[in-house]
Formats: sequence, structure tokens, C-alpha cells
Amino acid sequence: MTLKINGKTIEIDAEPEMPLLWALRDIVGLKGTKFGCGIAACGACTVLIDGEPQRACAVTLGDVEGEVTTIEGLSPDGTLHAVQEAWIEQQVAQCGYCQSGQIMSAVALLAETPDPSDEEIDEAMQGNLCRCGTYPRIRAAIRLASRKLAGA
Amino acid sequence: MGRLGKIARRTFLLGTAALAGGVAVGYYFYKKPYDNPLEQTLAEGEVTFNPYIKVAADGTIVLIAPRAEMGQGVSTTLAALVAEELDVDLSNVRIEHGPADGAYYNEAMIVEGGPYSMFDHSFYANFQRKSSAVTAKFVALQATGGSSSVRDGFDKMRQAGAVARQLLLQAAAKRLGKPAGKLTTENGKVVDTVSGTSLTYGELASDAASIEPPDTIALKPRDQWKILGKSQPRIDMHAKSTGTAGFGIDVDLPDMLYGTVRMNPHIGGELKSFDDSKAKAMRGVVKIVRIDAGKLGQGIGVIADNTWRAFEAAKAVEVEWGDAPYPASTDAILDDYRAAMADGSSHALTDRGDAEGVVADTSSGALVEAEYSAPFLAHACMEPMNATARFKDGKLEIWAGSQAPNMYKLVGSRELDISSSDVTVHNTLLGGGFGRRGEGDFPLYAVKLAKEAGGRPVKVTWTREEDMTHDMYRPAALGRFKARVTKDGALNAVDARIAAPSITKSALDRTLPGAFMPFPDRLISEGAFDQPYGIENFRVQGVPVECEVPLGFWRSVGNSHNAFFQECFIDEVAHAAGQDPVAFRLALLKDHPVAAETVAKVAAMSGWDKPLGEGKGRGIAFTLSFGTYVAEVVQVSDAGDGIRIDKVWCAVDLGTALDPSIIEAQMQSGIVFGLSAALGQEITFADGMVEQTNFDTYDAMRIHQAPEIEVAILENSETIGGAGEPSTPPSVPALANAIFDLTGKRLRHMPLSKDVSFVT
Repeated sequence: MTLKINGKTIEIDAEPEMPLLWALRDIVGLKGTKFGCGIAACGACTVLIDGEPQRACAVTLGDVEGEVTTIEGLSPDGTLHAVQEAWIEQQVAQCGYCQSGQIMSAVALLAETPDPSDEEIDEAMQGNLCRCGTYPRIRAAIRLASRKLAGA
Repeated sequence: MGRLGKIARRTFLLGTAALAGGVAVGYYFYKKPYDNPLEQTLAEGEVTFNPYIKVAADGTIVLIAPRAEMGQGVSTTLAALVAEELDVDLSNVRIEHGPADGAYYNEAMIVEGGPYSMFDHSFYANFQRKSSAVTAKFVALQATGGSSSVRDGFDKMRQAGAVARQLLLQAAAKRLGKPAGKLTTENGKVVDTVSGTSLTYGELASDAASIEPPDTIALKPRDQWKILGKSQPRIDMHAKSTGTAGFGIDVDLPDMLYGTVRMNPHIGGELKSFDDSKAKAMRGVVKIVRIDAGKLGQGIGVIADNTWRAFEAAKAVEVEWGDAPYPASTDAILDDYRAAMADGSSHALTDRGDAEGVVADTSSGALVEAEYSAPFLAHACMEPMNATARFKDGKLEIWAGSQAPNMYKLVGSRELDISSSDVTVHNTLLGGGFGRRGEGDFPLYAVKLAKEAGGRPVKVTWTREEDMTHDMYRPAALGRFKARVTKDGALNAVDARIAAPSITKSALDRTLPGAFMPFPDRLISEGAFDQPYGIENFRVQGVPVECEVPLGFWRSVGNSHNAFFQECFIDEVAHAAGQDPVAFRLALLKDHPVAAETVAKVAAMSGWDKPLGEGKGRGIAFTLSFGTYVAEVVQVSDAGDGIRIDKVWCAVDLGTALDPSIIEAQMQSGIVFGLSAALGQEITFADGMVEQTNFDTYDAMRIHQAPEIEVAILENSETIGGAGEPSTPPSVPALANAIFDLTGKRLRHMPLSKDVSFVT
């Protein structure tokens, strides 16, 4: 089947029941999207499909309609997305395993709501679990990214 | 010292602790330093001064940070120790984990593992510390745990940098014909400030490496630090913000196969029979094998061409499982606890005055008593357990994110009956560790499947369900506390009894069968017996419970339940005595000003002396663990649909704060980890199986539940403490005490969600 991923058209030879996550990781070789739970409960595998945040572990290949953007697609030419810059400036990541998913959710939030309230941040980000407890810095980074995007 | 000096050039200056002391048996081996493992890794033109530094002729400097990077920022801070003394900016070096090797053994992790508080400098306590240092070197465990990395590396890694810098200076002196004392260094160069001439470390490295290193070396005084003591950009931050950081699960090798395991959910039980006819026929399945892992139990392993296909095939195998070696339900498991609590034999690691007598004396004031409990807990690292292995031409390679990488040489060599020198371990980044990734089960399964893969590498990834139901759990624990308070509000006596299984025994049984621990396991009562409270009559009994559930080291270990018990109890006693919980603790800590100062600081930060508005409550707790003093205040409010944790203030004293930003992050992290457990985490058993299988039934704190967390770092302590764990223990009792303040209800059982509702 044919998927559009990060601007490229990619042919994938796999059964339609395979979750997008495993096609990305084990077939396409895009490993920035992480496996955490397999039941859409932790957000580590969050990608964008036509700009909407989706849990790639719970979307089968057969159900993918639209262009997929993974963490690798945020900075295709090496220029960081404002959200990634903010993540680095705020020194958010600890173990870092959940952060691809956190960043993708934050990108989707700010695209929809450029200046989110605390409640809107909580609402958009509560599907993304972080066992290292980076939440205080995630909040700060989202606010910083919002300012960066407004100034751009 | 000539001979030792010569060895030290290739190996490393031994710390004074390792040269003093000494035991009769095996003295020679104990004295013998480890070879420098970097000798084996040198590229053309590259030299090494000691196990922490490599310099190439083109000036590339590689620093080794040989501890697991599991989020705690240790690779940045350890490299900073070397870089500070070597005099090179962190932005000008490459930082690597380096090879898995005994040269990187962790002495600090083992030295404070004995049954003594850090204040106990009696003959026995000090003797035990010295002999533990010897043991650490013998065992040579390259391990990350016990919040010990910086404590272990603080002197020796600075010495490594200082010695190399000295040799580079001497090489330059010879080259320039000037005394070394007239030269200085500056970010990777030796500089003659008079002539303006400079030579890079790369230009000098080869000459410097042939110079005899000094026997002693002076370290920079703190006021000359340029890197240490200041927040550094973490070296892993860019990769972790772009999806390019390489975790164990991301290992990718040519010709690699993908696998998974499905072990008996009755943990440790046998596999009676299985039928894989359906599974074998599924797309991409290469092989299905039976796994017998001894104490870890039996099960099946699947090798396929894709992880998901391996998962699906494993599910499709029909199996008949044998029973677990422990009772089938949580209640039946806890029966053994209750029996031990009632009349099991115990050890009292603190027993001063006559706690039993004073508590029993009804004439000596009011009795306060309470019973507490804490459940089994899973680590639930974000990255499920996984490892990759390849067994080809008699040589084994293992790739994994590990807290104990050189132990995997033992795991691999034992399984394949090869020499440990034929095993190479590559350590990756860890997607969370919290104590779980020091275990040997996930690499063992990878080795077992690699043995069946015809020389091809196999990456073996567990499902979340497998991970959650086959953990080495934080044990459940029970606590029974009694105290007498005099009529004028003084605390006369505390008599505590804590029943919990020995984690150390459980770990030794599965890792080194037959190994024996020559003293009581401090983990049963740590966080209680070793606290610096000036209670005249004070006894803490630890009651070991027999328990066959596999038990492991969970962030802050015994402190995680005992601080909850004791700090809630101290709060209860303060209220019984009619005293403010802060003032009450300050009085008990009057002989330990470092501890008292953290309590005073957190009280000031949180505005403890100002009344709270309606519908709010706050609580305090203090714990000394891993050499670090932490006091926390938690503030809660009634949000109508449950209790909201609004804010946490944390005052931490770890003596010397090497990187304030990383320390702040670790305090926040440990607090969220502790509060996550309070909000509802609990591992329970039914039919001999763990009932929680994924994040839907074993969740952790989410962003909308997370409080604002304000951290203040103090530096009054004379010794350097750890950062990864010590903020976890006081978080839960501070929350429970805050909820008491809000509701008047004492919460004595974890998770606290058993008795109150939190905002969901």
C-alpha cells in the first residue's frame, strides 16, 4: 500500500491490520516514533495525520487516510521547529522516550490554538504520559513556543 | 610508588580509600588496578590517559561517562567533572558511555549499603564500609543506582581530568623549553601567556601519554570552577527533542530479526505444554521456541521479521501454564506479612533508650499508635523492556539500555557457556530505568533467542502487558508505629515495626544463586531507622517476610514506603502533642542543623506561617536518603470533583550542587514519581497473576494532575549527596499530611486513592 509520510510517497508491503507504528518503525525505519503501550493510553507514538494528533499504535495501515507527519518530519532540513527549539531551551527531556509524542501533541495544539490557556494545555497534553515527570517544563516550553510562533 | 605510578598511567590513580584498609584474602587482586578498557578501542593516532579520556591527534577529545543515562542527566554531569579539571568546554568534547567494564565499578553504591545510618561512625559501621569498598572492587559491578553516580565519580573523575591536564602541561613544557609552572591551559590548549604560543591537546597527546603520571594531584578549589556548579545544556537534549536519540528499542543492525517473549504470567511458573501450529503459520514468523529461565519461569519466545508480527504470533500460541510459587491472591500473600508482623523475628537497626518500655508505660503520657500499608508497585518505564543480541562464531554481542551492563557479560557467558571475554555489551540510552533496568531478565531472553537465530541479530521487545506483569516489583510493606507524648507535648518514645521482604535476597537469589548477605537488609527499614530525629527512646524493627514474588529496586527503594509510614506518623504525633508539624520537626532535628535548615527553608518558601484560605490544606515531610536532605510541602485544594494537588515546594541539600538545572529537574521528577504512586498505583494478584496489565489499569500522574513544583537548592551539608531518588520519599507523606489538613482524615494506606478521590 502507498502512504505519504513526511512529504514522501512510500510503498509499504504489509497487511492492512498492522498498526502504523510498527510499519513506521520496523519497515520504513523511522524510529523517532516510540512504542509505549499498544492501546493508545500513553501517547509515546503520537504522529500527525493531516495535522491531527493520532496514536500510531492504534491506527492500522488500512485506516490511514491522509499525510503522516512524524517527529522526523518536523525538521526535514535540520531547521528545528519552534516547539523543538523551546524544548531545548527549557531543557525539557529527561529519559526522552516520551518526548517525540509530547512534541507532536504540542505542535498540533499550537497549530490549532496559538495561545493556549493552562486548561487548554492540560486538555491537549493529558494523553501523553511522562514517567520522568517533565510536566512543569513541558508547560513552560509550550508557552515559550507559543511566543516564538507569534513572533515569527 | 614508582611501580604503581607506572601501572596508573595505563589504568588509573586508585582512590585513597582503595589503598588503605585491605583484607588478608586476595590482597593482591584487590590491590591490582583494572586495565584501562579504552586501550582496546583506540583508533590510529588516538591515545588514552585513563579510563575516562581519549584524545586524538586531530584534537578530538572523548570523555567517558560510564553510567546509564536514564534521564537523570548523569552523562552531562559526569563529563563535566572530567572537563572541569582537564580544562575543556563541554561543547568541545564528545561524550560516550564507553565499554562495559569492571574498571568502571561503582564503589559508592555499595559502601552505604550496610545496616547503619550515615551518621554511624562506630567501629563496626566503618569496618563494614571499608570491606564493602573492597567487595565493590572485587565484584566490579558497573552499576547505576542508589543515586550514587556523582558521589562515586566526584573525586575520581576530577582526578582523571587533572592528571591528564598535568601530563599535557609537562609535554608542552618539554616542547617549548619552559617550566610547566609558567604555562597554563585554556579550553583544550596549553598556552604560554608570555609569548602567546599555544599547543592543542591533540598536538601534545602522544607525548603526554608517555610521561609518568604524578602520584598525587591537586584539584581545583571550588571558586575556580568554570563548568561545575553552573547549569549546563544537557548533551542529550537535541537528540531527545528531534527523535534521533538511540534507545535500546531503536537498535538497528544489518539482517536483524525481531522477537518477543511470552513468559508464564504466574511468575516463575512452568510451561506445561504449548501448541504453536497456528502461530507458526502466521506471516513473518521465523521460529517459536520454548524458554526455560530458571527462577524467572518458563514461557515461549517468537522470532519474526517484524515486532508486531512477533507480538501477534505470541498471542496465538496456545499454552498451558503451571502455578506460581507464591500464594494466588494479594490477600493470601499479605497473610504472610501479617503473620510476620504479629510474631516474626526481627532486627532493630536503631534501638536506643527503652522505646518498648516507655511506650508500654501508661503513666508516661498519651499513647499514639497507627498502622500503615503500602502495595506492590511496578516500575512502568516508558520504554518497555527490550534487548538485542547476536551470537555468531562463538562471540556474543548484546545491545541494551542497562543499569548494570557488565553484569550482562555474566548473563551471556553463563547461558552460552562461553568466556565472558567473548561477550561484548553495548549500552544505549534508557527510556526510563528507576531500578528496573539493572535486572538480567530481558538481556537473557535476547540471548536465548539469538542462540536460535543462526547468527543473525534479534531484537527482542516486550509488549507493555509482558512488561507490567513480569516486573521485579517494589514490595508491599506494613508498618506499625507507637509513640508516647508527655503532658507538655514532648515526644518521649517511638517504637516502630516494619514488615517487608528483603529485596536484596530476592535479587541475589535470581542473579547469583547461593550468594549470601552477611547482615540484615537495611532496605526493609531504611527511611525510618536512619533518620536524624533526636528521639530519646527510639526503636525501629525490621521484620523480613518470606515472599516469592520477584522483588526489585524501585526509585528510592525502602525509603519509598518507610518515609510514608514514619513521616505520616510524626505528623500524627505532632497533632497529638498539640504542636505545629514544622515546629515539631525543627525541635526533633535540633542536633542536625543541615536537616533542620531544609525544613525551615521549605516552610519559608511555602508561607507556612500564613493561614491558608478555605478549601485548602498543606502538609510537610522530611527525609534524608542517599546522602541528601529533602523537605517538601504539598498544598492541596478541594476542587469539587476531587482533591487537586496545587503546588509542591522542595528544599534540597546535597552539599555540593554540581548542576542546578539538572538537580531541579531531578527533584521535580522524583516528586511526580512519588505522587504518581499516591494517585492510584497498585499491583495486585488474582489467580497467581498480576491484575494490572497496561497504563489503563496502572496509570501515572498526567499533566493536568501535575502541580507546580518550586525547588530551592541548599549547600550546607559537608558531604555530596545523590539527586536521582531523594525527592521521592517525602512527596507521599507530605501529600497525605496535606489531605489531613484539608479533610481531617488520616490516610494510612497507599495508594491514597483508596480513601479519597483525586481530580482525574
